[in-house]
Amino acid sequence: MNINLTLIGQSITFFAFVWFCWKYVWPALLGVMQEREQKIATGLQEAERAGKDLELAQRKAAEQLKEAKAQAAEIIDGANKRANQIVDEAKEAARSEGDRLKAAAQAEIEQEVNRAKEQLRSRIAALSVAGAEKILSVNIDAKAHDDMIEKLAAEL
Amino acid sequence: MAAEQTATGYIQHHLQNLAYGKLPAGYTRADGTVLSESTWTIAHSSQEAADMGFWAVHLDTLGWSIGLGLIFCLLFARAARKATAGVPTGFQSFVELVTEFIDKTVKDTFPHRNSMVAPMALTIFVWVFLMNLMDLIPVDWLPLAFAHGTSAITGADPHHVYFKVVPTTDLNATLGMALAVFALMICFSVKEKGLLGFVKELTLHPFHSGKWYIDIFLIPFNFLLEAVSLIAKPVSLGLRLFGNLYAGEMIFILIAIVFGVGALGFIGAGLLQMGWAIFHILVITLQAFVFMVLTTVYMSMAHDREEEHAHDQ
Repeated sequence: MNINLTLIGQSITFFAFVWFCWKYVWPALLGVMQEREQKIATGLQEAERAGKDLELAQRKAAEQLKEAKAQAAEIIDGANKRANQIVDEAKEAARSEGDRLKAAAQAEIEQEVNRAKEQLRSRIAALSVAGAEKILSVNIDAKAHDDMIEKLAAEL
Repeated sequence: MAAEQTATGYIQHHLQNLAYGKLPAGYTRADGTVLSESTWTIAHSSQEAADMGFWAVHLDTLGWSIGLGLIFCLLFARAARKATAGVPTGFQSFVELVTEFIDKTVKDTFPHRNSMVAPMALTIFVWVFLMNLMDLIPVDWLPLAFAHGTSAITGADPHHVYFKVVPTTDLNATLGMALAVFALMICFSVKEKGLLGFVKELTLHPFHSGKWYIDIFLIPFNFLLEAVSLIAKPVSLGLRLFGNLYAGEMIFILIAIVFGVGALGFIGAGLLQMGWAIFHILVITLQAFVFMVLTTVYMSMAHDREEEHAHDQ
């Protein structure tokens, strides 16, 4: 256990290692650590901001959804109304068309009836003339009695 | 080695450093030969090492302390070079853990601006820890390996090859570091307060009346008190580390002797060795930490001007 030159050697070694650590180890390590701290701080800030943005966006989306729903309801309502209107219109058209057809048919029927009446009348006139001819056995001038037969037929 | 030696011889062998120094002409060496002229050589006995005086170096102490310091520097410099601000992994996170711990401790005890104190604290903590850690390697392994390795190469008697593995059990190493800290203390004191301020601090405290004709008579007492408290700092710093580690190593050596005492002794020594080693893990970390914290506190005191102002008014 002698005190000797080792003492000085150890002191010099001490200074050398301290100097090395001071110059090459400490600044680099601390720099990296501070940089990371900064990074984490900004990261957290950004995360917070993103959270706020998300909340805002969600609120906006909900609002838009509500609006869209209201709009859709409106559109459906309108469409329903329009559909009813179309149906009504179609009904109306069908009804009027039906009426028109019915009227035409009736007119035709009336025409037919008239024609039949006319025929019947003429036939009856002829028949009556023929009958009267037979009854009277006289040759009746058809022309002379036309007016009378005509009147007779009209009474039918 | 213990088998053919007495317990005392074994202990003494373990406590002797590998000394390299100059022996004077006409000196009778351990093996009986007489030197014809003064020679630089390696001591073959404790007596030779003592006779070399101050101009000798402990090759083992310096070798291990420089080697371990280099390991610290290279590992940490490599980690620092490769470090990224991204997610730290593996060794980088370990290094950052240590760095952050030191940084926090230094910030707590050292409020002044000096970029050198924190890296110095890191160096001291890791370096002293590594040197202390050598104490946990079984006491005979490295000395035996070294002795037989040397004798195989140079043909020297392995019994005369001394080898101490733990640098902090050498008073030269701990006092050397403490002296370096002491030098820094004085440097920073003078730098911060000026030479006059430093002298004032030594001579006008703690007794101070404010009247120069009284103060003149107080100077010797003040200087005596302040000088003692100033010198006591590096001495206690160096001796504390040395004492703890020396005692720890001594107990390991004593346990190692018990290994040779029969089967019961072997088992008992094994248990003792394990228990002491586990306890020693705490001691070596604590001593490294204490050395680091005290150095920082001394640096802080060297930067402190508060006391001076408080007494000057």
